[in-house]
Amino acid sequence: MKVKDILNSEFTLVAGSGGIEKEISNVYVCDLLSFVMSHVKSGSAWITIQTHVNVVAVALMTEISCIIICEGEKLDENAKVKADEENIPVISFSGTSYDAAIRLSELIK
Amino acid sequence: MKFYYDLHIHSALSPCADNEMTPNNIVNMAVLKGLDVISITDHNSAKNVEVIYELSKSKGIKLIPGIEVQTKEEVHILCYFFDIFDCISFGKIIYDSLECIKNNKSIFGEQLIMDEDDNIIAEEEKLLLTSCGYSINDIFKMMDGKGAAVPAHVDRTSYSIISNLGFIPNISNLKTVEVSSDFSIVGNTSEYQKKHKTISSSDAHRLGDINERIHYIECNDFESIVEWLCS
Repeated sequence: MKVKDILNSEFTLVAGSGGIEKEISNVYVCDLLSFVMSHVKSGSAWITIQTHVNVVAVALMTEISCIIICEGEKLDENAKVKADEENIPVISFSGTSYDAAIRLSELIK
Repeated sequence: MKFYYDLHIHSALSPCADNEMTPNNIVNMAVLKGLDVISITDHNSAKNVEVIYELSKSKGIKLIPGIEVQTKEEVHILCYFFDIFDCISFGKIIYDSLECIKNNKSIFGEQLIMDEDDNIIAEEEKLLLTSCGYSINDIFKMMDGKGAAVPAHVDRTSYSIISNLGFIPNISNLKTVEVSSDFSIVGNTSEYQKKHKTISSSDAHRLGDINERIHYIECNDFESIVEWLCS
């Protein structure tokens, strides 16, 4: 499944449209960036509530396929610029991280 | 006596700081701005502190040896030491507890260790922008008697004790918190400001961001500033 395949009225793309052809092979939920850095698998869709520029840096470093920002949190402006530059898709979701994981699991089935 | 300060400055060792944050540039800029006392607080490492400490002596500005620790909870705590050697050995303990993740320079930036002439003498390979192996409580215990631990930028939404924990825990040697320099202290009656002293440093990653001669700490002498922060 590709990033573009999970986009719908709930999962809306807010940055990094150049990266929507990336494959999603896993889902990972965590808000501690340093923990993500050492534990996430490449190709994951990463669910978090963090919105600052370092989420994009972590995604780049770990080769995550997209970032899903939950609870309707807004991505910082400099993070949006970086995500666009680096083609890291950032997706907004208004529900909780739990809801996002459940929805994704249904989509990926 | 009023000591005009900036106690939160990153050198080129911090990956997110400009490479222009060299020992001489930092010290000279602080002198130009008319500051009396500064602190170098790099992420999870004190490897540039000693050289800047020596340099500041020769330029007539005071330096408090420091480090900005990122705890297990992903909270930034500024640690200020009475003694430079305590700072260096504490820096080693923190550094050793970091996970071995290699820095990717093109993403996070370079981590440069420099000498007193601003020459690059080494490049730190381990990523410093991650969490150490110690909790907030561990750090405050480790700092007891050695200096002051001050939660950094408590008004921010990331890497802050309030954003990550939701509150400031009751720790006996937690007396002072840092707020961002663009935060308006006057007139704000947040709970933490009723219970804690506040300082306002720049968290400078670029030379121009270093504090102007605005914020001061009132103490008898320079030696008592760290005491003031933790009492």
